[in-house]
Amino acid sequence: MSEQVISAENLAKTYRMGEVEVHALNGVTIHVDRGEVVAIMGPSGSGKSTLMNILGCLDLPSSGDYVLDGENVSHLSEDQLAQIRNRKVGFVFQTFNLLQRTSALANVELPLRYAAPLYSEPSLEAERSGGVNGKGKERARQALISVGLGDRINHRPNELSGGQQQRVAIARALINDPAILMADEPTGNLDSKSGKEIMDLLLSLNRERGMTIIIVTHDPTIAAQTQRTIHLRDGVIEEEVK
Amino acid sequence: MSLSQQFIEAMKSLTSNKLRSSLTILGIVIGVAAVISMLAIGRGAQNSITNSINGIGTNLLYISSGNPTQNVRNPKPLTTADVAALQDPAAAPDVAAVAPVIQARTTVVADGKTTSTSVSGVTPDYAQISNESTTEGDFINQSQTTSRAAVAVIGPTTATTLFGGTSGIVGKQIRIGGTPFTVIGVLTSKGGSGFGSQDDRVLIPLTTAQTRLIKRNPSNRVDQILAQATSSETVTAAQDEISAVLRVTHKTKPGLDDFNILAQAAILDAVSSITGIMTVFLGGIAGISLLVGGIGIMNIMLVSVTERTREIGLRKALGARKIDILIQFLTESIMLSLLGGFIGILVAWGISSIIGQIAAASGTPITPSIGLDAILLATLFSSAIGLLFGLYPSNRAASLQPVEALRYE
Repeated sequence: MSEQVISAENLAKTYRMGEVEVHALNGVTIHVDRGEVVAIMGPSGSGKSTLMNILGCLDLPSSGDYVLDGENVSHLSEDQLAQIRNRKVGFVFQTFNLLQRTSALANVELPLRYAAPLYSEPSLEAERSGGVNGKGKERARQALISVGLGDRINHRPNELSGGQQQRVAIARALINDPAILMADEPTGNLDSKSGKEIMDLLLSLNRERGMTIIIVTHDPTIAAQTQRTIHLRDGVIEEEVK
Repeated sequence: MSLSQQFIEAMKSLTSNKLRSSLTILGIVIGVAAVISMLAIGRGAQNSITNSINGIGTNLLYISSGNPTQNVRNPKPLTTADVAALQDPAAAPDVAAVAPVIQARTTVVADGKTTSTSVSGVTPDYAQISNESTTEGDFINQSQTTSRAAVAVIGPTTATTLFGGTSGIVGKQIRIGGTPFTVIGVLTSKGGSGFGSQDDRVLIPLTTAQTRLIKRNPSNRVDQILAQATSSETVTAAQDEISAVLRVTHKTKPGLDDFNILAQAAILDAVSSITGIMTVFLGGIAGISLLVGGIGIMNIMLVSVTERTREIGLRKALGARKIDILIQFLTESIMLSLLGGFIGILVAWGISSIIGQIAAASGTPITPSIGLDAILLATLFSSAIGLLFGLYPSNRAASLQPVEALRYE
């Protein structure tokens, strides 16, 4: 099975910071197969955050082509990108980024709310599958159970440990059954024990559900657990290690 | 996201910072309450004034001597001869009744109590024209007028001042300017308020006043003639007929009249427009506080957008489009202002009923009325304010770049 989930050709990204042009990415070509776990490493300023943002459809490349899950997203509008993120990308952040006001369940449901484009094209089908109705709630519950938080469904983020919060974030990332999971330093804010648990959870998602995962990390021991590590430096790929 | 979900989310976000939300709402509450209560009080005052003018009588025309717009040499006074001419149905067919009045402020004494009040000499027709009736006794009749009887009809306020009540007074003696009079009736209250009250006065026969109390030169001179048109449609025709008759008796040319006719409808219009202007003026000043409340909403929404930059970034990362974020923040600001609007209506209701009671207690009955239009206006206005002042912060939130927003500390 060598279907490509990510096929990025010659990605470049240029920022203007005042008078100076900063070349954050300088021609990066990446291909990721379905079911692969890939680590992206590099010192700060190497462009790995920029690459992650582009691969996660949070940002557009200045030049180059990016095909995600069979769809060319290099020239989409802001709102189209938002819908791609909603359907095809799951994010896990270093700082969890949960909404503090709401329960774990509501946090996991959040992507479902944006899956039903009620304002532009009201479709009963979309609402039935995506809207947060009884079905959506049940899906969110199942997602929490699958990350081992079945007994914490109605707890708020501040009542959960860091590891548990990251599990909620993973459940949220999985709720729309994305093509790819983007994890940005997923263990960066955790102690080593819960960090290991989170890594085990991610790897088991890959093993059991064939989830394609990209992990951005500083930590060589994390990178060592993946199938392939891409080292970035100064906006180009320095080396790839299998 | 469905509307009900939006609503619940906005509610959660507003209740998560209760103090801030309620202070923001307070701004709108004050604004809306000020606008509505000002409008209500203005309308109450207008009703009260028009009612007391209507109480004087309907289809009335006031004829007085002199010309307010032009300088006329040697204006002739109005006399009982003019009254006789106006009573001729051939000359003035649209005039139903005519009543001459002479008036003076005089000291009235009874039971050792003294009051200074307006004493008017009137004819029996006055009762019909001026819409008078009595709660006790009778009005002045024709034979009392002919015989120049020393009888008086007194207003309810005067009765209360002199006798401490409005009943059991008929037959009692009062002294008007030193002359003894017998009370033959007590007038029904007209509810007129403040200065020029229609309830504090004494009416005596015109002939009695002319010969004994209020001497004029020439002796048949009257201060004012009241005329009543046959209906509200004939007021203008009656006015023209009266002018024609008086031009003959006074021998004046058109445009050089030495008399002046004022229709009650014109007075009513003038008063209405004055109170209307006052109401708009007060409402406008109150509207400024509503504007300030709106700026308060904008301020707090801007703070909220800045505080929640990361949340906005997260929502965008999870698939929220510009419009999703826009609607989320707009819902919050509209909810703030609508809630403020509803509470404001209640507060306005409280304020205006308190003011109504204060006014009633101080003898100037005003019944502030909060109309449906005022409530509708306030609701519409406050949601418009929420929309208007929420638009800029919400748009700012919606335009945030997800990458930047997520990185925000």
